[in-house]
Amino acid sequence: MADAIRIENLKKSFRLGFIPKTREILKGISLSVQEGEIFGYLGPNGAGKTTTIKCLLGLIFPDAGTIEIFGRPHLSPRARQALGFLPENPYFYDYLTAAEFLAFYADLFGLGRKEKEERIARLLKLVGLERAASLRLRKFSRGMLQRVGLAQALINDPKLVILDEPLGGMDPLGRKEIRDIIVRFRDEGKTVFFTSHILQDIEMICDHVAIIVGGRIVKQGALQDLVSEKVLFTELTVSGVGPEAFRGLGEGVSVRGDRVFLRIAEEGRVADVLALVHEKGGRVLSLSPRTETLEDIFVETVTGK
Amino acid sequence: MKIWAIAGITFKEAKRDRILYLLFFFAAVAILASRVLAVLTVGDRVKIIKDVGLASISIFGVLMAVLIGTSLVYKEIDKKTIFTLLAKPLRRGEFILGKFLGLVLTIFVMTAGMSLIFLAIVYLHTFRIEWPMLVAIAYIFLELVLVTAVAILFSSFSTPILSSIFSLAFYLIGHLSWGLEALIKKMRPGAGRTAARALYTFLPDLENFNFRTEVVHGLPIPAGIYLASFLYGVCYTAFILGLAILVFRRRDFI
Repeated sequence: MADAIRIENLKKSFRLGFIPKTREILKGISLSVQEGEIFGYLGPNGAGKTTTIKCLLGLIFPDAGTIEIFGRPHLSPRARQALGFLPENPYFYDYLTAAEFLAFYADLFGLGRKEKEERIARLLKLVGLERAASLRLRKFSRGMLQRVGLAQALINDPKLVILDEPLGGMDPLGRKEIRDIIVRFRDEGKTVFFTSHILQDIEMICDHVAIIVGGRIVKQGALQDLVSEKVLFTELTVSGVGPEAFRGLGEGVSVRGDRVFLRIAEEGRVADVLALVHEKGGRVLSLSPRTETLEDIFVETVTGK
Repeated sequence: MKIWAIAGITFKEAKRDRILYLLFFFAAVAILASRVLAVLTVGDRVKIIKDVGLASISIFGVLMAVLIGTSLVYKEIDKKTIFTLLAKPLRRGEFILGKFLGLVLTIFVMTAGMSLIFLAIVYLHTFRIEWPMLVAIAYIFLELVLVTAVAILFSSFSTPILSSIFSLAFYLIGHLSWGLEALIKKMRPGAGRTAARALYTFLPDLENFNFRTEVVHGLPIPAGIYLASFLYGVCYTAFILGLAILVFRRRDFI
């Protein structure tokens, strides 16, 4: 099975400014995205995420390297036919209604009238905008625009969906809805390549991730391989026992009312603390072991700490 | 199909532009004012009305083509709508042709509107429809089509203000270059004349589309001139559009 995306040694530099100065944005990116997976592309601002996507879409021409989509050169019409894209902070023709907007994009794929109408109705339902079909985009909220943008990315029923910051600027409910839609794509056999700053979301839904810093991929792989299940520390909240009882057992001890918050670095000491609480007649209100997160890895990779 | 989809959306967007209606309003005022000018001038009043009316259609048409033509392609790039368009199986050349056709349709509607007002004013004075006027208007429209292509060429790599200046400069040069032809006729054969000839070939000669004097004064025009002017317009427009596509195909959308 061919990779959905295969990028080899991609390089791109721009000459910017009044006195043009060459700035190398991508310094030899190589990555592959397998068919049917959700791939998270992470990196701090200015790392080269959007530039990679623009190269992938043929909006900018790389200086060197090869890009293949389903085994075909990325600029070939058949590769484009299999692709859907939602840009970051999308602006669309705001004088069109949602249905007119989707009809325009459907025309770019030469869909027949019946197929077009069916697909528009299905997509508006998928993104929860069926009631806003005849509303002009000017009146859409940011979340609604993001959803109609997602619908336009799917108008050709693509095998590969590329989403640039699809969760940016959305409220928690909106984020959850978009996340659910992305997971549904995978269930339908589609491949999703997306960038995000919201690491918890990536951690929740991605199969593979790549981290790009300064135009280079510094880490990539399956999420479960990158994030170890080792417990970093355990957080414990107890009541009915004074903080002085825990001296020497917990690292961070803080008190709020009759509640004592403990942070225990050594996993083996958790049992000792629990025994102590039991012995003193106190109550354990919460206990949560904290394993390594993608955020830890991201911060460590980006800052080198 | 794709080209028509782009042309349709371009027409929809262009017809929402207030500048277009403002220019149309001033064009209508200029055409109506030709009647006042005719009253104040000694001579054939109808000829003054025809002359001023046709000139108004030409000037305001050019302003529409330049101002709308230079802003629409730039707007797509500036507002990044072009990102989603070019991510689809749409060639960059198809995008440029779609934009061009949408703008030509807009200019056609506007020229038709201005012409209706003009022909109505002329009718009020002569009590007959002056069909030869349509010939002059058709060639003004052909000139506007060429100016639209030029506006698209400049806007494919420049900002609206610079593109407008360049396009208007093209229009002015186009109407003054006939002087170069007159100069060539008076020059002695040699390097200077060859250079002047090469420059004249390269520069546009928009006077080729100017049949206003002949039509207003009822002068005869050989059929060959019509055909030559028509072919000149079509070939020059195709050349400019080809250039625009070449420029657009090579640029990065950062």
